[in-house]
Amino acid sequence: MSDVTDTTRPITSRRDPRYEVVMYRHVGIEGAHMLDYYRAHGGYEAARKALTEMSPSQVIDEVKASKLRGRGGAGFPTGVKWSFMPPADGRQRLLVVNADESEPGSFKDRYIMEDDPHQLIEGMIIGCYAIQATKAMIYIRGEYVKGYERLVGAINEARAAGLLGDHVLGTDVEVDITVHRGAGAYICGEETALMNSLEGLRGNPRLKPPFPAQAGVYGLPTTVNNVTTITSVVHIITRGAHWFASMGTEDSTGTKLYQISGPVRRPGVYELPMGASFRELIYDLAGGPRGGEAKGFFPGGSSTPPLPWTDEFLDMAMDYGSLAKAGSMLGTGGVIVIPKEKDIVSAMYNVVRFYAHESCGKCTPCREGIATWLPKMYQKLLAGLGTREDLTLMEEMVRNSRGTAFCPLADACAMPVQASFKWFRDEYEYIVDHGRPMYTKNDWWEA
Amino acid sequence: MVELETVPPFFADKQALVGEILGRYPEYGKRSAVMPLLWEVQRAERYVSEARLAEIAEILDLHPTEVKGVMSFYSEYHGEPVGRYHLQVCSTLSCSLAGSDQLYDYLVEKLGIVNGETDEEGRFSIQKVECLGSCGTGPVLQVNDVYYERVSRLRCDSLLEALNNDEMPPAWRERGGDNEGEVKAEFLADAAARDEGQGEG
Repeated sequence: MSDVTDTTRPITSRRDPRYEVVMYRHVGIEGAHMLDYYRAHGGYEAARKALTEMSPSQVIDEVKASKLRGRGGAGFPTGVKWSFMPPADGRQRLLVVNADESEPGSFKDRYIMEDDPHQLIEGMIIGCYAIQATKAMIYIRGEYVKGYERLVGAINEARAAGLLGDHVLGTDVEVDITVHRGAGAYICGEETALMNSLEGLRGNPRLKPPFPAQAGVYGLPTTVNNVTTITSVVHIITRGAHWFASMGTEDSTGTKLYQISGPVRRPGVYELPMGASFRELIYDLAGGPRGGEAKGFFPGGSSTPPLPWTDEFLDMAMDYGSLAKAGSMLGTGGVIVIPKEKDIVSAMYNVVRFYAHESCGKCTPCREGIATWLPKMYQKLLAGLGTREDLTLMEEMVRNSRGTAFCPLADACAMPVQASFKWFRDEYEYIVDHGRPMYTKNDWWEA
Repeated sequence: MVELETVPPFFADKQALVGEILGRYPEYGKRSAVMPLLWEVQRAERYVSEARLAEIAEILDLHPTEVKGVMSFYSEYHGEPVGRYHLQVCSTLSCSLAGSDQLYDYLVEKLGIVNGETDEEGRFSIQKVECLGSCGTGPVLQVNDVYYERVSRLRCDSLLEALNNDEMPPAWRERGGDNEGEVKAEFLADAAARDEGQGEG
C-alpha cells in the first residue's frame, strides 16, 4: 500500500487524497451535455488559455511534458505524434478523433460523448490549434446513435456561441468539426481503415508508411487521436503538465478511464490514476467476482493477452510497462473478468469468432488463418472431436499469423489465444482427452 | 414478361438534406457522403434497395457497384428489409457472460425466427451482432437505434410485450462505476464502514 501522506510521491491510487476524478466528473449528471452546464463548470477555459496565452508549439510542448500516451490502445506519446505533422504549407490539415470504440470490454468513450460532448469538443479545439488544423472530424461507430446526436447538438451549440467556426473564442483561429458515422466494422478503429471509411471507401487498412501525418485523409496531413486522449489534453492545459505527470509511474502518467465487465458486483467505468493496481479496480471499486470464483482476466480489452487470477497479477500496476513485462498489454484498460465456471475453450471461441467476423479479408494470414481456420478448429474442439495434434496445429497457426498480417487485427486475435494456451492449457487438453469441456456451465442469464 | 416495379425517387424532394450532407465534406472528398446517404435511406426504408444504390451513385458520380461495395462492407446496412423492430443481440464475451446466448435462444423461441430472419408480419427481425460497447451493463439488446441494457428474462418479456403493442420504451440506460452522477463511486470498504458507523450511531 502506497504511503498517501508523502506528497512528493507520484499518485498511484484513487485513495490518495490528492487524486480527483476529472474526465468523468460530469458523466451521469442530467443536463451535463448542454453548453450552459459545461460553461458554468469551467468549460472552454482551457481552450481560451491555449488559444490566447500559448503558441501552438507551447501546447505541443506542454502535452509532451505531461508524457500523455494515446488512450486508444497502442500508447504512443501524444505530443510526439502531434509534432510529426509537417510544417504548415498552406494545405488543409486535419484532426481526426477515433470514436469507433469497438474493442470488446471497452465502453469509456460512449459515456463521454453522450453526457459530456463539450469536453471532447474543447479538447479538439486545443488539438486543432496545436497541429494547426482548421478541420476536424469525429469518426463515431454507427451503433452510438445517442452519442452521435449529442455530439451534433453540442457542435451546433458551440458554433452558435462562437466556440467553433472562423473565429473561435473571438480569435483568428478557425476550427470546424464534422461527425461521421460508421456502420458496424471493428476494423475501422484501425487508423488507416478509419481514413478509408471516412473517404467513402470500404474499411480496408492502408499500408504504412506513409503515416497519416504525411498522407492521411484525402492525402492531407492528418493526426488521429482517441476520444480520451483528446479529453486528457483539456485537463493538461487547465492544470499543467506537472499535475498530469504527478500521477502514475515512470512510463505511464496521468489519469485514465478503466472499464470492468464480466461477473463482478459493480461493473462499469472507473477513473483512476495510472499505476493503480488491478486489485484496486477489481476488488476495491468493482467489488470482486460475483457468484463464484474467477480464474483470469483480460487486462485491456479482448485483444490483450489474458492473465491468470493470481496475487502477482492482481497486485500489478495498471500501466504500460508492467503489462508489457507480464507479456500482455494495457490496451484500452477494459478489464474482462473470466469466471472459473466459464470454460476457457468456449470463452476463447467467443473471442476468436469476434475477430473472425471483423477480419476485413484483405490479407491472406488473417482471412485464411484467423477468420477461417481458427474458428473451425475451436468448433471442432467444442464438438468433442479435437485431438492433441489439433492443439499443436492451433498453436502453430497463431504463432505464424503473428506479425505476418497487413494490420494488427490478426495479432489482436493471435496474442490472447497464445496466452490462453500458456495459462489454461489444462482446459484445452481436458476437452481433447474427454470430449467435453472441463466446465460445463452455459446458462449465464438471470431471471 | 417481367414487369419492373418502379418506385418514386427518394432524394428528389430532399435537395436541402443532400446539400447539407455534401456540405460536410470538401468538394474533392465528395465520396465521403456515401455512408451518410446510405444511412438516410436505411433510416427511412429500413434497408437499401438497388434503386436507392443507383440514386446515391448518381448523386456522387459513382457506379452503383461502388456504392454496393461500400455498403456490403458494413454490417449495419441491410440489403433486404428488416422488421419494424430490428433486434440486435450483442453476442461478444462480456454480454455472453451476462447471458446473451440464452437471451438470443429465448428470442428465437418466442419469435420463431433466427439470426438474419424477419417474421412474416414484418414486425420483428433478429441479428446477432458483435460488441456494442455496453459491456458493463450486459446483456444488451439494441432495438433499431435504442439500447436496452441488463435485459433479464423478466425485462425481455416486458420489452417484447411493449413492442408487440407497437410501443417503443425509452432506452434502458443502466448505471455503474463513475457513470452514476455527481457522487463518484466510493471504495466498497469505505462505504461499508460508513454504513456500519451510521448503524451504531
